[in-house]
Amino acid sequence: MGIVNPAKLSGHLILLCSALMTGPAFAQLDLSGTWNPQYQEDQPERIPGPELVDYLGIPINAAARQWALSWDPDRLGAPEHQCQVHTAAYIYRGPLQLRIWEERDPETQELVAIRQYTSTYEQNRTIYMDGRPHPPEYAAHTWMGFSTGKWEGNILTVYTTHIKQGWHRRNGIPSSDRITLVEHFIRHDNHLTHVSVVTDPVYLTEPLIKSEDYVLNNNSGGNWLWPCEYVEELPGADRTKVPSYMPGENPFLHEFADRWRIPVDAALGGAETMYPEYSKKLKAGAK
Amino acid sequence: MTTYKQTMPRIMLGASVLLGTFLMMLGPADIARAQQKGKGGKQGTPTEKPLTNAEVHILKVQGNIYMIVGPGGNTALQIGDQGALVVDTQYEEVSDKIVAEIRKLTSKPIRYVINTSADPDHTGGNAKISRAGAPVIGGNLGAVAFENGATIVAHENVLRAMNAAAEGQAVSNPDMLPTTTYFQGQKEIFFNEEPVLVMFQPAAHTNGDSMVFFRRSDVIATGDIFNMDSFPVINVDKGGNIQGVIKALNLVLDITVPKHEQEGGTYVIPGHGRLTDEHDVLEYRDMITIIRDRVQNMIKKGMTLAQVRAAKPTLEYDGRYGSTTGSWTTDMFVEAVFRSLSEKK
Repeated sequence: MGIVNPAKLSGHLILLCSALMTGPAFAQLDLSGTWNPQYQEDQPERIPGPELVDYLGIPINAAARQWALSWDPDRLGAPEHQCQVHTAAYIYRGPLQLRIWEERDPETQELVAIRQYTSTYEQNRTIYMDGRPHPPEYAAHTWMGFSTGKWEGNILTVYTTHIKQGWHRRNGIPSSDRITLVEHFIRHDNHLTHVSVVTDPVYLTEPLIKSEDYVLNNNSGGNWLWPCEYVEELPGADRTKVPSYMPGENPFLHEFADRWRIPVDAALGGAETMYPEYSKKLKAGAK
Repeated sequence: MTTYKQTMPRIMLGASVLLGTFLMMLGPADIARAQQKGKGGKQGTPTEKPLTNAEVHILKVQGNIYMIVGPGGNTALQIGDQGALVVDTQYEEVSDKIVAEIRKLTSKPIRYVINTSADPDHTGGNAKISRAGAPVIGGNLGAVAFENGATIVAHENVLRAMNAAAEGQAVSNPDMLPTTTYFQGQKEIFFNEEPVLVMFQPAAHTNGDSMVFFRRSDVIATGDIFNMDSFPVINVDKGGNIQGVIKALNLVLDITVPKHEQEGGTYVIPGHGRLTDEHDVLEYRDMITIIRDRVQNMIKKGMTLAQVRAAKPTLEYDGRYGSTTGSWTTDMFVEAVFRSLSEKK
């Protein structure tokens, strides 16, 4: 048996430790905990809520625009709409506490799924990490959809399908039930960044990319319950009526644009309004 | 797999006694079927080929109910101790595959077939799938003695539509025809420990539509009143009307109860397309109602059909449900809405 060179051994150990710490198979971070969103980004849209006919910065097509312009907020008063909640592609923008925990195989301790509970509307979400396939096209859709995840370095990347029809912005901009969602969860110590990329072949001309930030909160008592139960807001109302504006008759068409002194065309959104160059165009048009 | 028919002894019965009993049980539907047999009717076949290579898949919904997805309209399947009940049979070309899917789940006989309309993509497999089963009345014995298949239930107008043939033209295969029909309200069946309500929806997709509600399993099969892959097919020439479609969709909303936050609970199997729940029906109902209201508004303004089409009253829904080709285009849908609202009844 030869003599072990201590310097050589320590070098091997350092290399081994480095490999264990940085190699793809061991790069999984633990996202477990309760996270609170920070609202400094897009606060007006996320907390008080977007104004009517403010479609700026959303890459909508003409169909989405007509859908949104015909949308009368009274529709949310219908009993069947009252408990409609946000989809997985939208909920992370809202006021919520986000609790994350892992589900591991009791025998192997391998990661089966990452689970999430969002306090607003009591929504539970499962991100499968075990490589299972997505359901067939003819399966039912849900608010949270069906999600599978994988680690890309220290980033959890999630792919979601089977999401219900909802909204890209909660002032009537629709999201179809054919959207797909790619998300990245990125942890830096006690800070979590969530980036989402939504593709909607029905209502968007380009992917809609959003981000939000969260901080770890050891006090998880804010995970409240929200068992929605509808009420009759207008007793005697005809439940078969669907509040909507006829094409060209939305009474709020100019409200947001006039208030912020921008052209109505800008308020009506579209891919062009996402980019910085558009502000130059507006300034040029104002001269 | 050995079927119940193979295991039944081939008993030659006292035919006159049983025959008399059966004749007394015959309703108008059975008589019409017998008349068709007498005519030597030729089997009706779907016009779009080939279907023989089409795939068939099955999905558990909940309770006793499954959804079978194939090239035709969706099939709903209820199974239990008493056997199988099949709602809509797609095309004849995939009947063997549908039966094979059923046999994976139960070896018990198919007792009922229910048709939600007379459309060939919902009734094309009636004969084969019925023949693979046996009626409740007469049961296995009757199936052997009289070659009766599973009872085929539909609204009377489905029988009339399937039984109709222009002078000199071939008529439907009599084995495809409904054997038990109802005229109004609903037909009630208690099967596999649950009430099954076959509910007539007047003047909707056609004049003979039924929805089927499995009350214990909490699942509704709507037929073509509700399609997740197209605007509703409204056959105005066969008594269909958008007002009837909306009325039927509102009935579905009355029946369905979501489990949590407008999700799950009652499930709805549409005529075509993916499995749904109340929220999906709600968005569809909203869409159809909004389009109805727009076209109604345009008609009041005196606009012609061409002008209504040019105004694109379906624009925001075209990317999801519309089509410029195929058997049911957006133009055809708009025309059907226009005619529904403008033609005098």
